[in-house]
Amino acid sequence: MTMPAPDFGPTTTDEPLLSLRGVTKSFGAVEVLREVNLDVRLGKVTALVGDNGAGKSTLIKGVAGIHTFDGGDYRYEGESVHITSPKQANALGIEVVYQDLALCDNLDIVENMFLGREITSAGLLDDATMEKRANETLAGLSVRTVKSVRQKVASLSGGQRQTVAIARSVLWNSKLVILDEPTAALGVAQTEQVLKLVRRLADNGLAVILISHNMNDVLQVADDIAVLYLGRMATQVDAKKVTHAQVVELITTGRLSTDPPPAAVAVAEEESTNSAVTNDQEDQS
Amino acid sequence: MSTMMDKELENAGEVPDNRVTSALSEYFAKVRGGDVGALPAVLGLVVLALVFTALRSETFPTAFNFGNLLNQGAGVIVIAMGLVFVLLLGEIDLSAGYTAGTAGAVLGVAVTTHGWPWWAGVVVCLATGAFIGLIIGLLVARMGIPSFVVTLALFLALQGVLLQVVGEGGQIALTDPTILAVMNKNMPVWLGWTLYVVVIVVYGGLTFRRMVTRRANGLHAERTTVWAFKFASLVILLGIVVYLLSIERSVNPAVTSITGVPVVVPLLLVLLVGTTLLLNRTSFGRHIYAVGGNAEAARRSGINVANIRLACFVICSTMAAVAGIVIGSRDNGITPNTGGGQTLLYAVGAAVIGGTSLFGGKGRTLDAIIGGLVVAIIANGMALLNQPAGVVYFVTGLVLLVAASVDALSRRRTASTGR
Ligand SMILES: Nc1ncnc2c1ncn2[C@@H]1O[C@H](COP(=O)(O)OP(=O)(O)OP(=O)(O)O)[C@@H](O)[C@H]1O
Ligand SMILES: [Mg+2]
Repeated sequence: MTMPAPDFGPTTTDEPLLSLRGVTKSFGAVEVLREVNLDVRLGKVTALVGDNGAGKSTLIKGVAGIHTFDGGDYRYEGESVHITSPKQANALGIEVVYQDLALCDNLDIVENMFLGREITSAGLLDDATMEKRANETLAGLSVRTVKSVRQKVASLSGGQRQTVAIARSVLWNSKLVILDEPTAALGVAQTEQVLKLVRRLADNGLAVILISHNMNDVLQVADDIAVLYLGRMATQVDAKKVTHAQVVELITTGRLSTDPPPAAVAVAEEESTNSAVTNDQEDQS
Repeated sequence: MSTMMDKELENAGEVPDNRVTSALSEYFAKVRGGDVGALPAVLGLVVLALVFTALRSETFPTAFNFGNLLNQGAGVIVIAMGLVFVLLLGEIDLSAGYTAGTAGAVLGVAVTTHGWPWWAGVVVCLATGAFIGLIIGLLVARMGIPSFVVTLALFLALQGVLLQVVGEGGQIALTDPTILAVMNKNMPVWLGWTLYVVVIVVYGGLTFRRMVTRRANGLHAERTTVWAFKFASLVILLGIVVYLLSIERSVNPAVTSITGVPVVVPLLLVLLVGTTLLLNRTSFGRHIYAVGGNAEAARRSGINVANIRLACFVICSTMAAVAGIVIGSRDNGITPNTGGGQTLLYAVGAAVIGGTSLFGGKGRTLDAIIGGLVVAIIANGMALLNQPAGVVYFVTGLVLLVAASVDALSRRRTASTGR
């Protein structure tokens, strides 16, 4: 970041891992995503915020291949890709951690971490290898809250479950981990634990998208904040350059009444003009 | 309390200790948390055996009756082992009993009416079961009709098919010696003991090696004392069973001699080993538990939930077809009532009494065998007490209710203790 900027074009180190340009998504007549731009970089936590119904989940489902975008450019590692299934996204190193419905209570931690991608030898499950790798992964994330990887997930606390779900997402050489409201159901101490883990993922070199409604969490852990407002990307700003109040204002009104933050790429124009100008691209229609 | 248990868990990983007490306390913690497993069924088995022994000391604890018990229970046990697969998904197959009857009738028509060799008859019998399972599976997994309704409809439809094939008041006799041998022949005494030694050595060797290598790799391993306790129990228990089956159990030894382990026992053993391997040691089995525990999580993990459901119904019905052979062999033929009456209820009871959860996600085929023995002992003992059929049904119904209550309570306990 402190590198002297060479004056012959952009540096490759700053190339985003994931870059969305003008993506759209409609459900029937309802336009849920309108010309959304988003940049996600390796080693950074990019927070995705916005009011209920702003389109956050729709956006990450498109990134994860659960549904496809109707239009726009999806660039990953500098190349334009067309992702139509979760498997395809997984193959690119994209993993999603869902807030709920992600773990089987009746299986233990190892079994959950490898679910759907079990390691087998000669057709039979290789439990020893899976247990070893689960231990290594948890150790790599400095997770000390889980005593035995052979306990059933039903016996874990909310924070521990979230930890298992996150650890599971980094087992597979993933590059981009998407977390949908990972702390929504957690108490103070457990939220702290999970946020530390999220930070560690980025510090280990992964790109992280964090969806959250909690501005304290976002400001604590994020490098970048992307604000969705009514299906448009209001702005994507450096987290250090905005205040709590400014983020809340962006979420509720889609723009800032006070001085715009210097690092803001762009702020959406007023609703009435209906010409969503986002980032550096102009709305053609 | 919780810190105590945390310590316990910490120790479990690395210390290869022999403290029986901590192993026991770990076990009791599990039971307290609602994970009772096969414990109630094993206790029930012991209590029932003691009660009937006290009430009918001349007839109940005899080698003859012990042999009978296995014969009476085998059909229900095989159906119950198949039912475990659909119960694991939280589904039910009410038609499994008549699937057994229908598949048995197909065997009878092939072998007796058309004179096919026994093995060809067995193939079409199993294929019939698989086909019925495929239909149920397609209707449940692809069309989304609740399995309760689909299999209730098939319960009636297959009863009709069986009646049409066999004819009212009719019977398809089974005379093929190989088919009849399943339930009417015993292995030579020496072969029974050989099988015993093989089972003990293979089981003991595999589990011991697994324990040692896991510990050497620093993985979570069973304590040596626990392993030794389990192994010794198996050696003694199976030893008693084989001994009882090896002594003369004919009522009139001068006329006919009956000794040796019944042929159906190795059949049950093969089914047990096969299904246990499938459920515990393959990805497919793991996915069955996952779908039963949380279908949505399984789907998001890339598991094809519909295919798993389909496969489980096919397995269940195919196992029912095996039961059709077993029951047909026992009764020397197929009647419109084969697999009917209380057969299905007994089979569901066997699985649930053994500890398989009706809510899905929990159960083993071994439990179905233990539960099946409980059901068989009740029916057998009550008959020896000269109780009318009405009382036997009533008591069996009550036992099923008790087992279902234990299941529901342990589930609530699991939820409340977070285990
Ligand atoms: N499958 C669908 N069909 C029709 N409309 C949908 C569908 N999925 C989402 N929507 C609509 O799209 C809009 C955005 O929904 P989305 O779930 O992406 O919001 P969100 O930002 O994740 O909200 P929240 O913070 O409440 O999770 C909502 O108005 C929702 O009703
Ligand atoms: Mg959402």
